Amino acid sequence: MKLSYYPGCALHGSSNDYEQSMRACLGKLDVELQEINEWICCGATAAHALNHKLSIALPARNLALAEQQGFTELLAPCPMCSMQLLKATQLINEDAELRREISAVIEAEVSGQVKVLNTLQVFQRVGLDRIKAAVTNPLKDLKPACYYGCLLTRPPSVVKFDDPEQPSSMETIVSVLGAKPVDWNSRTECCGAGMTMAHEDTVLQLSHRILEDAQQHGANCLVMACPMCHVNLDMKQRDIERHHGVRFGLPVYYLSDLVGLALGITREDLGVDRHFVK
Amino acid sequence: MAASMDLEPNQVVRLLQLGDFEKALRSGAIWACVSCQTCSTRCPQSVDCAGIMDGLREVALQRDIACPTQKTVVVFQQAFLNNIERNGRLDEIELIAEFKLRALPHERSLGFLLKDAGLAPELQRRKKLHLRGEKVKDRAVVRRIFERCQVS
Repeated sequence: MKLSYYPGCALHGSSNDYEQSMRACLGKLDVELQEINEWICCGATAAHALNHKLSIALPARNLALAEQQGFTELLAPCPMCSMQLLKATQLINEDAELRREISAVIEAEVSGQVKVLNTLQVFQRVGLDRIKAAVTNPLKDLKPACYYGCLLTRPPSVVKFDDPEQPSSMETIVSVLGAKPVDWNSRTECCGAGMTMAHEDTVLQLSHRILEDAQQHGANCLVMACPMCHVNLDMKQRDIERHHGVRFGLPVYYLSDLVGLALGITREDLGVDRHFVK
Repeated sequence: MAASMDLEPNQVVRLLQLGDFEKALRSGAIWACVSCQTCSTRCPQSVDCAGIMDGLREVALQRDIACPTQKTVVVFQQAFLNNIERNGRLDEIELIAEFKLRALPHERSLGFLLKDAGLAPELQRRKKLHLRGEKVKDRAVVRRIFERCQVS
């Protein structure tokens, strides 16, 4: 299966371990990722917080590029990107006048017909039976806390994925790998998102609650599909421990890491050795 | 998140219902909001509180009345957009440099400037540091998109 791919800035920046993991894992499942040419940033929080029109135009340009390049589906592993792409899709589909206006702004005709997929949906598309059959290294010692964060399931009217309060699709996938996901409360709590630099205290407080909850419910690792959450919970975990005088030592995996490990791919090939918490 | 805001999302919405736009626009809450979308998702009246926060931020910025204590967050978002306007894609080091320099007058501490610098070798060792970020080839079109959206 060939799939068009929108990496977004994070996966080509400091979260390039996520891209490495996705490529290695999906490669093993015969999914080839084709990056769309000349993609631009989706605008992320900065655009939707400061300029509404720009927050539609930037993702719409990428949707138009995907169309021009002959793709009907687009994988965006970063939930910020996929939510922005889906939101732009929804707005231009609801309003023909807006669609024309945005097409003029971005110098490309955008139809709003490209289907945007998140990381979990790609694994669902591959098929859990097929993944199960390919498992050579069941993760029987792993008790992951499946963490969805904000934008995989919210806003539900835009992303239309799983249940926004009690999601379960990630638990279903890791169970197929032999892992035993824990029941816990913070699946959809916010980690502090893009405040890592701008207002660190937000991250130190919110991410602490998530790590504490995971630990209290017996998890021995976290698994997620968001590069920003990974930064806050993995890279910042030591700062969070220091700030609160606690110790978690919880490894933080991307979902593709766990699928990849179960399929027998090495930690090095997935980029797991480049995480902060060992 | 609401616990650390000077106004809770429902209070922001109430202020707007009562017509007190000024207080909402000048609040710190609209900048402390992390856009987690929880309030919009849970509102029993289907009010898109997070969307309202976005609208308020945009107007507060246009009118230059963003809450002074939240200046650092404002500057970060502006530096982010400036970066995209120049490069088409985010250049992380350039973003951090612009953010730190522009926020320094508000933070007024050397500690703020140097904080996170220690991360550079750690990121480097993990091959996560890119001294030069990627740029799209057609940056002119990105600039025109920004112009047409009238980014201040």
